[in-house]
Amino acid sequence: MTTRIAVITAGITEPSSTRLLADRLAEATVAVLGGRRAVSVEVVDVRRLAHEVTNTVLTGFASPALQERLDTIAAADAVIVSTPIYSASYSGLFKMLVDVLPRDALRDKPVLLGATGGTARHSLAIDHALRPLFAHLGALVVPVAVFAASEDWGSTDAGRLSERIERAGAALARLVTGAPAPALVDPFEDVTPFEALLADVAGVSGVSGVAGVA
Amino acid sequence: MQFGIFTVGDVTADPTTGRTPTEHERIMATIEIAKKAEEVGLDAIATGEHHNPPFAAPANPAVLLAHLAAITERIILTTSTTLITTNDPVRLAEDYAYLQHLAGGRIDLMMGRGNTGPVYPWFGKDIRDGIPLAIENYALLHRLWREDGIDWEGRYRSPLQAFTSTPRPLDGVPPFVWHGSIRSPEVAEQAAYYGDGFFSNHIFWPASHTRQMVALYRRRFEHYGHGSAEQAIVGLGGQVFMRPNSQDAIREFRPYFDKAPVYGHGPSMEEFMAQTPLLVGSPQQVIEATLGYRDYVGDYQRQLWLLDHAGLPLKTVLEQLDILGEQVVPVLRTEFAARKPASVPDAPTHAALVAAAGGGGRDATVYAAADAGADVVTEASPDPSRTPEKDLR
Repeated sequence: MTTRIAVITAGITEPSSTRLLADRLAEATVAVLGGRRAVSVEVVDVRRLAHEVTNTVLTGFASPALQERLDTIAAADAVIVSTPIYSASYSGLFKMLVDVLPRDALRDKPVLLGATGGTARHSLAIDHALRPLFAHLGALVVPVAVFAASEDWGSTDAGRLSERIERAGAALARLVTGAPAPALVDPFEDVTPFEALLADVAGVSGVSGVAGVA
Repeated sequence: MQFGIFTVGDVTADPTTGRTPTEHERIMATIEIAKKAEEVGLDAIATGEHHNPPFAAPANPAVLLAHLAAITERIILTTSTTLITTNDPVRLAEDYAYLQHLAGGRIDLMMGRGNTGPVYPWFGKDIRDGIPLAIENYALLHRLWREDGIDWEGRYRSPLQAFTSTPRPLDGVPPFVWHGSIRSPEVAEQAAYYGDGFFSNHIFWPASHTRQMVALYRRRFEHYGHGSAEQAIVGLGGQVFMRPNSQDAIREFRPYFDKAPVYGHGPSMEEFMAQTPLLVGSPQQVIEATLGYRDYVGDYQRQLWLLDHAGLPLKTVLEQLDILGEQVVPVLRTEFAARKPASVPDAPTHAALVAAAGGGGRDATVYAAADAGADVVTEASPDPSRTPEKDLR
């Protein structure tokens, strides 16, 4: 049976870094899941649904086209969300989509949170705005979330964005499959080879400095 | 099949003139509309119940309906809806039984929960109790019309000991009850349990939703042994605006649609017409669309249209009634009758209910089952789920 992943992305520009983050999170999840099962990814781009979402807020029912997208989310085995942070919270458009989701659409469903913003000073918006929202919706929120500030796309000061994305995708994959957390690594038993330490310093990509990625 | 209109009594500015009618004008317009509905041959007029502006619908529909009973002769007077949640079921039993006497049985009523949040606290209730209130209050109302001297205790009103509501229903037969709901499956289940009618508001929502609600009601009606699913009593709302030329109808109605409290500033009129039963067009289009309703709800018993809202002037509403009465309803009567199998019943009228109960003559100072004859004196209190005719024997 195919594992269905729905991706909700609320970026406004085209191209959008919010969409880019959403796609990367999906890729990271599929990279782990895909080896074990068939996986499908369906992207729900809120920008393209903006007028229909507004109409639904006003009328109480969704147009057939929007209903099809909402059903996709409700039927998914896991959901990845990615929203820009505006005024210290998720964007209004993103929240409007959440407001018109069918009741209990996300209950007991694994959800991975992603957000983008102009500066890393807003990164806690995931914890003070998104987590309470998804707790209210009854979602199984992955503990690892990814905030991508503009600078993260060209800097490793806050850790490599790609590594944070890999960890988050792997964590979502584990929730979906019910796989246990990987065993802790004893740094005195399994020492990191010096070539790897050297490569990290040199900024060579592709060397995992993160233990335990499944 | 019965055809009629329902009103919510909204006091809305006419967007083409900017003028808002006074409450008095609106109330008097409602009277004119009701008289006209009878004159053009419609079968029923329903009034809403409201407790807040901008509505001039009665807080107690029985007040308006008693007046209409005095000035009309034939049309069935009903509600859309009577609030079963925030009204005391004892008062409902008393007021509507009295109305039934005044109107010679020419009434029925439709129960609704009400969708204005503050009405609940204004009447000492909690909106979160909406469904349990509807269930408990109606269970009591149902007994009050069928039993004398009841002992009763519930969560939402003071207990009753040896209480008999007066007057007793006309001819010993309670008014027929419809249950209206837009989206609560519990209400469809309630209507099915009692073998009452189910009314789907139908307007404002896609047909797929109405289909689902009516199918649920029909399935459960059969489950509770009131007849086959096809024999369940279904009513539908609808909303139309007609001119001989459909483009004229669209041009004239658009400003009302665009400013209507329930429609405006959202999807376009064209989108709304594509996605809901709203029909702005020619009488022929209305006939075709209405006949199409039975494709997704089956053969049904009552069609009510909303005509007088969004600030449409009285003159226009009366013209709409003329079109309905002259060009639409006569055709629909013939066409629906030709399609309906004989096994599907009509909507129950008072006369039909009296006949089903074994004839009239059961009116009493205070009617009790025991009044019918010494042979039933020992019968226990009737089971509320039983049909009226059984209770009366």
